[in-house]
Amino acid sequence: MLVLGIETSCDETAAALVEDGERVRANVIGSQVEHHRPYGGVVPEIAARAHLDLMLPVLDRALVEGGCTYDDVDAVAVTVGPGLVGALLVGVAAAKSLSLAHGLPLIGVNHLEGHVCAAQLEYGPLEPPLIALIVSGGHTSIVLLDPSGRFSTLGATIDDAAGEAYDKIARFLGLPYPGGPEIDRLAAAGDPAAIAFPRAILRDGYDFSLSGLKTAVVRELRRREAAGLPLHPPDVAASFQEAIVDVQVHKTVAAAEAHDVGQVLIVGGVAANTRLRRRMADACADRGIRLLAPHPGLCTDNAAMIAAAGWNRLVAGERTALDVAVDPNLPLEGLALGGAAAARRRGDDPP
Amino acid sequence: MLVLGIETSTAQSSVCLGTQRGLVASARVCAGPRHGEFTATAVRFCLDQASLQIGDVHGVAVSLGPGLYTGMRVGIATAQALAHARRLPVVGLASLDLLAFRARHVRRLICSVLDARRGELFWAFYRGAPGGVQRVSEFRVGRPDKLAGEIEAMGDDVLAIGDGAIEHRALLESTGSCVGSWSTAHPDADALVELSLPRFIREDTQRPEELVPIYLRKADARIGWRQRGALRGGTAPSAARVRAGDDHGP
Ligand SMILES: [Zn+2]
Repeated sequence: MLVLGIETSCDETAAALVEDGERVRANVIGSQVEHHRPYGGVVPEIAARAHLDLMLPVLDRALVEGGCTYDDVDAVAVTVGPGLVGALLVGVAAAKSLSLAHGLPLIGVNHLEGHVCAAQLEYGPLEPPLIALIVSGGHTSIVLLDPSGRFSTLGATIDDAAGEAYDKIARFLGLPYPGGPEIDRLAAAGDPAAIAFPRAILRDGYDFSLSGLKTAVVRELRRREAAGLPLHPPDVAASFQEAIVDVQVHKTVAAAEAHDVGQVLIVGGVAANTRLRRRMADACADRGIRLLAPHPGLCTDNAAMIAAAGWNRLVAGERTALDVAVDPNLPLEGLALGGAAAARRRGDDPP
Repeated sequence: MLVLGIETSTAQSSVCLGTQRGLVASARVCAGPRHGEFTATAVRFCLDQASLQIGDVHGVAVSLGPGLYTGMRVGIATAQALAHARRLPVVGLASLDLLAFRARHVRRLICSVLDARRGELFWAFYRGAPGGVQRVSEFRVGRPDKLAGEIEAMGDDVLAIGDGAIEHRALLESTGSCVGSWSTAHPDADALVELSLPRFIREDTQRPEELVPIYLRKADARIGWRQRGALRGGTAPSAARVRAGDDHGP
């Protein structure tokens, strides 16, 4: 079965075609990075306008890449939240129209559920339980998918998202937006132990706080400037990145051990960070944990992951009504993975 | 020829189906900015009530604004995707033109005035013409006193209609203008279909990707750090606050 996925929750206009929840036939992302670069961050009204401009070209491109027409599509899956209201509305309106136009089932998907389901595009069906670290310009959270296929959020950032911290530090170092890839590149030439930035590891539980680290970096930059000390940007980038990665690896692995989970998944734009991937791989290998780290193209916001999550729900018999509202704060808490829900309904799995 | 009309650029949303012989079905709601929930459902409702299929529709007409930005985008995205998927021609018309069409039989100079949020209004002037109205000014955005000044400078008897005119009734009446009532406060899909039908018949239509919203203002360039809070998975602002923030857009 072929699912058309649509994703417009933040600053990527995306459409994808995925067969049976696993095989990607087309994965098109119309990036708006250039629109937001002058502002150093995502501007909601600019994002909403760009989504409308890009929606049809992106849909067209997906159909061409997938070598099919709307007649070949079996269902439409779309992100209904969380995200920016004005941005979500464009994708959801388009999805509803496609559903109407061809009598296709409409499936509303939670964006974070989508990130987790990106794993099935690379590793096949998800086998709960697993711990997912979802890190991007928008999110920083540790999510548990329990053995029954139910999501819960163990921890999240209480201030900046990881990607925002990268963006802000990049700006201080005079690097362009988005900052993540720039800092990753610069850090490769630096010493991660050069400056001992604070790690907010001692905080209770699995929440993250990144504003303290950001302040520490800025203070250090100013101190060196005032004292006329040389500033070696690669060292600053490497040390800052190491502090963030340390906390992410520590908390994710701790969550896996505490919940006796043998699989860790890293997704989101920041999961493309080479240092995070290497350090997480080492930490998981040491503890005999299986690491799922999808290809960077599936980690950033995309519609293939939405189509994959939508397929799980489609085969579980779920349908979303045409009057569904977008929800900027759509919770992940308590949501059940579609396929697992279906299994439970069939009685394959104890509730 | 069956035309589907979608008008969601103000606090009122409306959808209708019509032909050269008249209105076939219509749905309308004026209960706040719920364009996203209403529009597709209303299309389904109109088709069902008229025992028609989506395949019976020959063209899609949509309002391009100016108006509430999120509403305009819902209408345009709905029309574009529907036309794209069914390979239908589209016609886009301005909300202020639709509003003025409702007052086409009056002798006065017509001023369509819509709420633009942030203490501002969208407006344009029209005169009755055979078969409808003719716009005699640019689309404008500005504060109410600027509109009052323009009306006085016109030196003509003016009928001001639209939600923006009703909101600033006292000011506009002080210029000697008449102000329309709430039954003509919003542009609607009936006028949209009636006005666009001749264009569909003579094939003076557009492709869906050619539809461009009429914003009249540059995008508000504030970075949405707080609105993005919800994405972080943690301490998110309440839905009400996010929605209210979004509505300042307009
Ligand atoms: Zn995301």
